Amino acid sequence: MVGQALRDPRRELTVFRSRLTVAGLVALACIGVLASRFVWLQVIQREHYHTLAEANRISVVPVVPNRGIIVDRHGEVLAANYSAYTLEITPSKVAHVDRAIDELATVIEVSARDRRRFKRLQEESKNFESLPIRTRLTEQEVARFAVNRFRFPGFEIKARLFRSYPHGEVASHAIGYIGRINEADVRRIDAAGLSTNYKGTDHIGKLGIEGAYERELHGTTGSEQVEIDAGGRAIRALSRSEPQSGNNLQVTLDIKLQRVAEEAFQDYRGALVALDPKTGDVLALVSRPGFDPNLFVDGIDPVNWDALNNSPDKPLNNRALRGQYPPGSTIKPFMALAALHTGKRTPEFTISDPGHWMLPGVSRPFRDWKAGGHGMVNLHKSVVVSCDTYYYGLANDLGVDAIHRFMTPLGFGAKTGIDIDGELPGLQPSSEWKWNRFKQKWYAGDTISVGIGQGYWLATPLQLAAAVATLANGGTPVKPRLVRAVQDARTQELRELPVRTGEALPFKPEHLALVRAAMVDVTRPGGTAVRAAQGAPYLVAGKTGTAQVVGMKAGEKYDERKVKERHRDHALFIAYAPADDPKVALALLVENGGHGGSTAAPIAREVFDYALLGKRPERKQKLGDEEAESD
Amino acid sequence: MISRLFDVIARRIDGPLMVALVLCLALGLTVVYSASGGGSFDRVLGQARNMAVAIAALWVVANIPPQALMRLAVPAYAAGLALLVGVALFGEVRNGARRWLNLGFTTIQPSEIMKIAVPLMLAWYFQRHEEGLRLRDYAVAVVLLALPVGLILRQPDLGTGLLIFASGFFVIFLAGLSWKLIFGLGAAGLASLPVLWGLLHDYQRRRVLTLLDPMEDPLGAGYHIIQSTIAIGSGGVLGKGWLNGTQAQLDFVPERSTDFILAVYGEEFGLAGIGLLLVLYLVVIGRGLMIAANASTLFARLTAGAVTLTFFIYAFVNMGMVSGILPVVGVPLPLISYGGTALLTMLVGFGILMSISTHKQLVSS
Repeated sequence: MVGQALRDPRRELTVFRSRLTVAGLVALACIGVLASRFVWLQVIQREHYHTLAEANRISVVPVVPNRGIIVDRHGEVLAANYSAYTLEITPSKVAHVDRAIDELATVIEVSARDRRRFKRLQEESKNFESLPIRTRLTEQEVARFAVNRFRFPGFEIKARLFRSYPHGEVASHAIGYIGRINEADVRRIDAAGLSTNYKGTDHIGKLGIEGAYERELHGTTGSEQVEIDAGGRAIRALSRSEPQSGNNLQVTLDIKLQRVAEEAFQDYRGALVALDPKTGDVLALVSRPGFDPNLFVDGIDPVNWDALNNSPDKPLNNRALRGQYPPGSTIKPFMALAALHTGKRTPEFTISDPGHWMLPGVSRPFRDWKAGGHGMVNLHKSVVVSCDTYYYGLANDLGVDAIHRFMTPLGFGAKTGIDIDGELPGLQPSSEWKWNRFKQKWYAGDTISVGIGQGYWLATPLQLAAAVATLANGGTPVKPRLVRAVQDARTQELRELPVRTGEALPFKPEHLALVRAAMVDVTRPGGTAVRAAQGAPYLVAGKTGTAQVVGMKAGEKYDERKVKERHRDHALFIAYAPADDPKVALALLVENGGHGGSTAAPIAREVFDYALLGKRPERKQKLGDEEAESD
Repeated sequence: MISRLFDVIARRIDGPLMVALVLCLALGLTVVYSASGGGSFDRVLGQARNMAVAIAALWVVANIPPQALMRLAVPAYAAGLALLVGVALFGEVRNGARRWLNLGFTTIQPSEIMKIAVPLMLAWYFQRHEEGLRLRDYAVAVVLLALPVGLILRQPDLGTGLLIFASGFFVIFLAGLSWKLIFGLGAAGLASLPVLWGLLHDYQRRRVLTLLDPMEDPLGAGYHIIQSTIAIGSGGVLGKGWLNGTQAQLDFVPERSTDFILAVYGEEFGLAGIGLLLVLYLVVIGRGLMIAANASTLFARLTAGAVTLTFFIYAFVNMGMVSGILPVVGVPLPLISYGGTALLTMLVGFGILMSISTHKQLVSS
């Protein structure tokens, strides 16, 4: 059939030409389809594709501002920035991250700590974020990597600003640290409406001054419009708005004094707060043990984190602000002032102390720390020898609610309002509080322990320091502060922050004078804290204290040698000096330190010696060695 | 004297076709310069050299009479087939495909030879059996076509395989294979698509799927299509101007001087530029079809028709792929893309067309 049709050449030509025509028409139709496709793309959809092309080409890159630096009251740098190279990995661009890191380790050193830290960062971040595997690369390492960079797609060397804390552990609890922004931080930033300003920022203040003054320190993020190529490399800048560096902070701390105070604790745990009694400026804020804030800056690795977090010494706990301890006998000067102020006691009122005190209707005696008692005791002597019996009776006469009313304006039972976060309020008990808390009525017996700073009464070292400062300055409550001035990054102008003191409390000067005189005698021969002022060219006013760690049964005698170290009492000491013109007021606590006079008072002495005389302590005997008789 | 020389040079050159080709090539050089980033003439000079070689080859082929070309058909086909078998056995693997054969002094891609040899061979075969084309003859033709196509698909090189299949199919179609059979085979082909799908390599399947939805894999296989359509679309009617295409100059368009050069052209010269190119292509195709229609022997007609339609298919497949209506297959834009081999094959094909166009008077007389 086919063959038959094609025998005739003319017929054959006709068939060929008709086929050719069909093919030609099909080709024409196809080209028509193409043409309409191009009209669709280039005319009808042109705007859409134009937008896409611009979005491809232009990228707005945030320019991160330099973080403000932190200096102490004499200009010594406490937190600074330095520029260094980091090697970062974007996990989403790397097929086998672990294998790639193994290979990297053949080029530059990658320690086990680097790997652990990277793992932890990886778990906390999205996989398209760029995460540091190595920080602080040397020039040689940068060069070695650059030569091999083709082997490591998804790896990038970046120059970044790092935070460094040149004093390490010293003042770590006050300065705090910055760390990588985590999800909780992102939520906070979003809630504050600051997410635009944090584009490109990957670190944020977490604790202490770094955390509380984040807004001052961070600065304003700038931006740069850049033309990028398909590989994301910037080709040229189209426009740029400069970032505004963060403001610098001048803090109230004296870092040298801080170091003296921290070293004075030797191996003890504890806390110390030293204030300028006139302004509330924090001169030293110690919480021992401390930690090295530098560990947190580029992401802490799990081993160090576990060590810090799980240590029984709780180095991350800021004891100065968050340690709530029974204040013990350190509240006796305040109780004495309450007695005079309320008229419940005159200076001359004297008791004969048998070494215990009986609450009417209760058979159990309240014991004085000194068996056999102190003999004849008036208000002055009650402070100097720390006579418990005197205060048992006083507390009973005052009643818990009068004590509460008197102590609250001094700052007990409430946050002091220091300018960093995390402070706890302590507890100044009252009958109302007990009812709300336990649905129980207040018993007279409860009041008796409160009278010597035990029972329900809890205070932080910071609260005690603020209260002592109030005594020292003549009755004006102070609000402790850590930052005294902000230096504007643009104008370099130093803007001093206002001193925040409260209304002067209505204490009679002669009452204050009595209490203060008694506190001076505490550090003199016959007092409980002789070591605080022995041979000093200035007068120290102080008061020792002991906080029970383990409750004792009635009638049981506390024997220091018998109890385990962790169950030994905490030693407390409050003081100010010079007594006639106070420059420094402090409160300190030594955990499991035993007696305030032998363990805590010598620490205060070293702080005063340096603060008032510039005298550094010579290496001396171990704390608590001397067997002192005190409470 | 000069007019004599011109006569010798131009005697076998088809005027209208040559003008259209030269215009295309000039356009190509302009775009290659832009696609190589501008500022460097290396690629342009390289491509100009390629063009010189290819035009010389065109001239030589145009001066060979169709009868002589017909005699070359069988040896060329046999040699090409032998080389393809050689590739299958000893070929070099590059980028996962076995397409190159190392001859010691140079490496060649035998599938390129087949782009010319297959239509020549089939046209030769039909010419031989001109007196009575039977079904059996078509069957033999299909086998002659299937052998090289099968070998090329196995390399694997889907694009070239399909294009060579197309060039052979055009010969068979133009030779008069009945419509019934064409539709029958077409239906059978459609029915066997699922089977063919199973035979495709993973990357080939991905390309087809990517065409259906480029956003499925925007950074992988879909990236080519997305970026090239953005480039073309953002060019608008008049284009962004020569050397000013952001998609092209900033590297967003992949393979921008070879397979995706149309994206550069469309972005910088807009719809106007693309319209010009389409018109030039239409001139080439139209002139080629005219030559075929007026050729004096069956061999000449079939060859001329097949070469012209193959050129069309190249252009259509490339433009369809770059504008996102056909899957991504490695086909350069004829006469425009950077690269010597494809250009040489293409111009040799046009040389054959010119030979047919300029020798027919002699033959018929």
